[in-house]
Amino acid sequence: MSVATLAVLTQTGWRRWSTYRSAALAGAVTNTVFGLIKAAITMGAVGAAGGQLAGYGPIEGATYAWLAQALIGPVNVFWSNDLVERIRTGDIAVDLSRPVDPQLAYLSADLGRAAFTFLPRGAPPLLVGALVTGLALPANLLPYLLGIVSIVLAVIISFACRWLVSLAAFWIIEMRGASTLYLMASNILCGLIVPVHWFPDWMATLAAATPFPSMLQTPIDVIMGRDTGLAALWLIGVQVAWALGVLLAGQLLWRLGTRKLVVQGG
Amino acid sequence: MTEQIVHARGLTRDFVVRSGGWRRTKRVVHAVVDLDLDIAAGEAVGYIGANGAGKSTTIKMLTGILSPSAGTVATCGLHPQKSRRELAREIGVVFGQRSQLWWDLPLQESYRVLASIHRLGSSHRERLDELVDALDLAEFLDTPVRQLSLGQRIRGEIAAALLHSPRLLILDEPTIGLDVLSKERLRAFLVAERAAHGTTLLLTTHDMDDVQRLTERIVVVDHGRVAYTGDLPGLVRRVGADRVIVLDLEEPTPSLSDVAGTRLIGTEPDGLRQRLALLPGASAAAVLAEVAGRAPLRDLTIEEPDVEDVVRRLYATQQAAH
Repeated sequence: MSVATLAVLTQTGWRRWSTYRSAALAGAVTNTVFGLIKAAITMGAVGAAGGQLAGYGPIEGATYAWLAQALIGPVNVFWSNDLVERIRTGDIAVDLSRPVDPQLAYLSADLGRAAFTFLPRGAPPLLVGALVTGLALPANLLPYLLGIVSIVLAVIISFACRWLVSLAAFWIIEMRGASTLYLMASNILCGLIVPVHWFPDWMATLAAATPFPSMLQTPIDVIMGRDTGLAALWLIGVQVAWALGVLLAGQLLWRLGTRKLVVQGG
Repeated sequence: MTEQIVHARGLTRDFVVRSGGWRRTKRVVHAVVDLDLDIAAGEAVGYIGANGAGKSTTIKMLTGILSPSAGTVATCGLHPQKSRRELAREIGVVFGQRSQLWWDLPLQESYRVLASIHRLGSSHRERLDELVDALDLAEFLDTPVRQLSLGQRIRGEIAAALLHSPRLLILDEPTIGLDVLSKERLRAFLVAERAAHGTTLLLTTHDMDDVQRLTERIVVVDHGRVAYTGDLPGLVRRVGADRVIVLDLEEPTPSLSDVAGTRLIGTEPDGLRQRLALLPGASAAAVLAEVAGRAPLRDLTIEEPDVEDVVRRLYATQQAAH
């Protein structure tokens, strides 16, 4: 599959999502309002802990909250049922009659979706955050460049995880249990509710054994310059490992799944 | 020898259907059983059968979407499952009830993406223009696919399947749900497209006009087995379906129950309209001559047997044989 084809698919993902303007606007408002609430709670928690909590002062806490709000849309730490539905309805037959690798094709489209989604759902919380609480962001360029790499990797990991879990639909018809479990695990362990650095030890260990921190906590840490230099590169290396590992697992499971495929509904 | 586009031997596919809650029961459904199928390059084959006869399952095995439980198949000389992606460049498929277009985007965006997926380069413009012209797509190329009418969407789907000029076009119930005019236009297009490009066609349908207009040979499947292969008139002869002569007479006439080579099916009041089944081997001309000698004719029509009825009869004879 050529890079040009992947680029066209990425562009298509962007265009598909940019079609729905009012949904984008609603997303912007939701993310920003929740950002206000989360920033207040995080600052309150830092204050209650005596002004410092695991390296976060009040403004750092607020910045974490705003960045998390800005990234949940593009990274999509929630769930999407697209592939499950295609397997369930048998539309997967259409994907199988194309001369492309379905995982890479859908990944490309998802990168396009993420890139577009950043405009309405990423930028507004950051702007409002800068005005309301102020943002504690580094003054040099490097963390931002690494941050972009880290965000792209986060999008890839998130896609790869959803793809992998969705493939269970080849074997089980009712996916609600699996998707709920995924949603809970990803939302808590990625650092969306509270930073992973605030977790008790046992939970931090658990989180570190999953790809979820790489979806949200890692890009936030890299952008905020919490980790710099080799430490930042190490985090990105971990992301690369998760991205490749989960994508590969998805490839293998896809092969098993299509081998037993029953295209439903004629 | 002409090139084989489809070559299947002993093709078989079983499904295990599980049902029940905790105490599961397993039942094996034989969707396709020991199917031999040959389609030569340039042929047009109608693949016919009732719902659940195994048509779609066969197509999915030919295109590499489903693996056979037993038997072998080569499509365009390729192993469909092992070379699925390579094969996808050689074939175009339209699943009547599924869409291969990008739902949220203007129709022409789908062609741009498909051209890229099939690595068509700039040469696809010419082909697209040809298809836009022949399928009359111009007026809704900029309309999002979700806003197209069914007839427009199906035309769009067929253009999508043909954009990369495949050697084999597989249409799975392409005219389902279309109105008479749309069906007719689609058929005219397919006839012209095949004449121009020599595309091999495999068509599944419930619509017998599709079969008559578009195919040269039919394969009838029943419960996953081939029940008949040959041409349509041959099938008609085989099940003994008769052509019917409908005679409209100038004046009330007694029942024409003893015309040689026919069997009287019915008369309408006063014998003004009489229906005679033409027995195999009988000459319509001789029958007409005899009738004209007895009563003046006003009009006549000859009804070809309804093919759906023919298939039903074929199923019935199969069942009697089992």
